[in-house]
Amino acid sequence: MKLSGLLLCCVLVFSGAAMAREAAPMAADLEVEKRMVAISEELRCLVCQNESLSGSHAELAQDLRREIRKMIAEGKSDKEILDFMVDRYGDFVRYRPPMKPTTWLLWGGPFLFLAGGLAALIAFLRRRAKDNAAPVLSDEERRRAATLLDQTKP
Amino acid sequence: MKRFLIPLGVFVVLVVFLAVGLTLNPRDVPSPLKDKPAPAFTLPQLAAAGKSFSPADMKGRVWLFNVWASWCVSCRQEHPLLVAFAKEGKVPVVGLNYKDQEADAKGWLAQFGDPYVLSAVDADGRVGIDYGVYGVPETYVIDKAGMIRMKHTGPITPESLQKQILPLVAELSK
Repeated sequence: MKLSGLLLCCVLVFSGAAMAREAAPMAADLEVEKRMVAISEELRCLVCQNESLSGSHAELAQDLRREIRKMIAEGKSDKEILDFMVDRYGDFVRYRPPMKPTTWLLWGGPFLFLAGGLAALIAFLRRRAKDNAAPVLSDEERRRAATLLDQTKP
Repeated sequence: MKRFLIPLGVFVVLVVFLAVGLTLNPRDVPSPLKDKPAPAFTLPQLAAAGKSFSPADMKGRVWLFNVWASWCVSCRQEHPLLVAFAKEGKVPVVGLNYKDQEADAKGWLAQFGDPYVLSAVDADGRVGIDYGVYGVPETYVIDKAGMIRMKHTGPITPESLQKQILPLVAELSK
């Protein structure tokens, strides 16, 4: 009982020490790491194109994350870092490409489809409303209807 | 019959878009470096210890800049073509040995032949980043003024060499 208590103590003490050793460098880099992740999530990994730079295990992605960390340490702004990437790999690296004449269709396309869909819906509804409009009865028909209705009365 | 025309038209347009989209190569990302000056660097040479190379050394000449590595499988595929091409001596080919081990790189050139006038050693891939390298092999055509005129991603094929690279080189060499 005593021995196991001692062992438990040892385990607790040493694991505590080990944790402290691990945690220290993280705390210092936490801000850098957070910014690095935020920036790299906006960027596409060119090796595995459907993965973000922050999630990719490709070697190039690791190198680029290292570059981003370095630029953050040098005090570069987020925009400068994004520009660095775009200068080398083109707008394709950005998940949110900038608005410019070549990307107008890309950004406006969904709204065009929406407008087209709305126009089609309105046209359809109008036509249906016209088809379904209650037919106007002539006086003659009205009289006939009235007599038929009267006949069914008990 | 008329009511089917619009859905049919939409369908045909969709098929055309998908057909074109499927034949595009997603790896072929247009390089923003085209028609821009080749990024400057100074790197040690692979073969000659103590010597360095910088793109400025090639000013006044049209040259090819080929990124390669001994670990790169597609480089083996394009290598015989490069060796044969270099023998013709039409245009100098400079290599960028990308993220490689020196011994491996030297062994690779000894085994498969060395088409390069020299190879610069980019051990940590930093110069590769400046050139927007993302899939080795990549080849750049650089003109007399040191401007990048073309970037070819992936192994050079006899077709791309004959139809794209050589005509461009001939035009730039005028």
